[in-house]
Amino acid sequence: MDFNLTEERRMLQDTLSRFLADKYDHDSRRKGIASGRPFDPDIYAGLAELGVLGALFTEDQGGFGGMGFDLSVVFEELGRAGVIEPLLPAVLTGSLIADRTDLVEEVIAGESIVALACTESQARYDLDNVETSVVDGKLNGTKVHVLNGAQASSLVVVARESGKTTDQDGIALFLVPTDAKGVTIVDYTNNDGTSGATVTFVDVALDETNRLPGGYAALEAAVARGVLALSAEALGAMETAKALTIEYLKERKQFGVPIGKFQALQHRMADVLIEVEQARSAVINLAGHLEADRTTRERNVSATKNLIGRVGAQVVEESVQMHGGIGMTDEYALSHFTRRITMIDHWFGDVDHHLARFIALSAA
Amino acid sequence: MDLSYTDEEQAFRAEVRDWLAETLPRDLSEKVRLGKRMSKQDVEHWHRLLNAKGWLAPNWPKKYGGAEWNAVQRQIFEEEACLAHAPRTLPFGLSMLAPVLMAFGSEEQRQRFLPGLLDGTNWWCQGYSEPGAGSDLAAVKTRAVREGDEYVVNGQKTWTTLGQHADWIFCLVRTDPDAKKQEGISFLLIDMTSPGVTVRPIVLIDGEAEVNEVFFDNVRVPAENLVGEENKGWTYAKYLLTHERTNIAGVGFSTAALDTVKHVAQNVKSGGKPLTENPHFAARLAQVEIDLMAMATTNLRVVSAAAKGEAPGAESSMLKVKGTVIRQELTSLLRRAVGPDALPFQPDYLEGGDNAEMMGPEHAATAGPSYFNMRKLSIFGGSNEVQRTIITKAIIGL
Repeated sequence: MDFNLTEERRMLQDTLSRFLADKYDHDSRRKGIASGRPFDPDIYAGLAELGVLGALFTEDQGGFGGMGFDLSVVFEELGRAGVIEPLLPAVLTGSLIADRTDLVEEVIAGESIVALACTESQARYDLDNVETSVVDGKLNGTKVHVLNGAQASSLVVVARESGKTTDQDGIALFLVPTDAKGVTIVDYTNNDGTSGATVTFVDVALDETNRLPGGYAALEAAVARGVLALSAEALGAMETAKALTIEYLKERKQFGVPIGKFQALQHRMADVLIEVEQARSAVINLAGHLEADRTTRERNVSATKNLIGRVGAQVVEESVQMHGGIGMTDEYALSHFTRRITMIDHWFGDVDHHLARFIALSAA
Repeated sequence: MDLSYTDEEQAFRAEVRDWLAETLPRDLSEKVRLGKRMSKQDVEHWHRLLNAKGWLAPNWPKKYGGAEWNAVQRQIFEEEACLAHAPRTLPFGLSMLAPVLMAFGSEEQRQRFLPGLLDGTNWWCQGYSEPGAGSDLAAVKTRAVREGDEYVVNGQKTWTTLGQHADWIFCLVRTDPDAKKQEGISFLLIDMTSPGVTVRPIVLIDGEAEVNEVFFDNVRVPAENLVGEENKGWTYAKYLLTHERTNIAGVGFSTAALDTVKHVAQNVKSGGKPLTENPHFAARLAQVEIDLMAMATTNLRVVSAAAKGEAPGAESSMLKVKGTVIRQELTSLLRRAVGPDALPFQPDYLEGGDNAEMMGPEHAATAGPSYFNMRKLSIFGGSNEVQRTIITKAIIGL
């Protein structure tokens, strides 16, 4: 048992943290989001140059990481700084496009973005609820909430070749260029400043060269990696919200004393501090079980996502409350972390979804 | 990062598990599994078995007869002992008094008292709390006045756990009433058979007299029973409390309790289906299991740092709060799982041996009383509110 990072991962963490402290300031980030820009290409290129994208891929894939603790180290730092640049798509699609070595190389170099198009409007959080179909070489359907869909050069599209809407069998994965005929992308900005898209496919012609290996099982395993990355990102963002709140409790004076002197606030802050440690343990649990058998991995996915969602809500609600009005302003960083932590609950299953899923997995 | 145990640690776990399977008497483990009460003889029996193996004092150095295990080994032992439904050992002498004697006692005191802790000659209890000194422990008033080679002790202790069985009590007493409240306290060892000592059991909410009031009326205590220096007792008391807080997370207890709740809930019917399929019950159960999965790792993070020699600070307070919240939730779920069969109060069963009759299924008689009893978890050892103050002060420093 060892809870210390390896030397390589500690170096990665230090390098990334220094780069972000140096280059990723709140004001320019805020101005970028306000201007409607989905991300800063210079920052993204800088992250690629540092090898941050490479750390998300295994050596077999041309990277130098790709294991659970590589993802958690990177995404905790990204979350701490509030990075909106499109690294999550690489985690979600990386394992699915592993056999396209040229494309993986481009992703690692920061030259291409490959987005995951899996969610449909009737599906809510159910990954196996798929109506988008491939029949006679034609792809038809609509995908919603495609993260960075408008910035991607190609999409991994989850589509059904046979079976009912909720069957796991019959689900297949296809790599579809975003400039293919019949693909329409409408993008928008999410509450947290990230970029989402609705993608419509009308009679998009596919052949076997578009097919990716694996079906539902591969999708579930890829999303498990995404849930780990999101959970670690939420943890990093919580650490920042916590640090801002601790500072505020010391500095803000009311009734002649720092508000951190008030026991009502001290006790609530103590619960926040305890629960952030629980969140860290939950991320460690998932990172440590990402390569385990399917049931163990997925129980940890649901346990972690549930806990992160609960603790995330507690951290942001308490942090905003303890800050008072200033915590609600767009100008102050806390509101940005509040939005990000909250929106993470809405990706790949929220607190209730994963509690129910944990129960089902435990009964099985 | 590596969540797996080393080969040595796994071998140690196997050794502990095998030994428990061979040695732990079935009648004792059944009493623990069913939540029945341990008699003095039960505890002494288990102490003898552990001591014969050299495992009674996990954290003591070998030279005093301890196992000298590191924090990870202690954690493994605790988990295995809980899963095997072993009785808990008495912490007062073994993990509270002994570390103080080793750090601050005289060599003569160590020679005199440590062997008796292992071989069962002496049963110790803790004389800390008083009617006016609970979480504010430094407010103790019990007075000790030096007269020649003796201290004369007057006052009262309370909430003295299992003091009715004790031969000795270690006490915080006030030796300087004029000093600042932390500075006039001394640490004194008192023979419970001394004239002037009166023990009055307090029957608690679960019907058991687990705690006592202890009265001191002109009790004469030899001065050689003072530990360390006069008026330095608060330093020793704080040292003791850090030892009391090791294992405070109670992961082993909670893991065993979770198994029990699941077992009961799978075997009772609600609306014709197992209670585990009731969505409200299932949601509470799943949530506490998820919290426990995370806390087990939080605990191992602290334990693994401690095994490397780092002293836990606010972390032990965090584990105390979270650990007790989880344990209390599990007692609440067990009470609910048992349902209407939790109604009858059945003291004969609780106190009785194997043959005691009980109304209702397994755990029916114990679910209510143990729910009541476990309210203590968030009160003792520094209430959870005191812990929250400690946590925030340690981290924001105000």
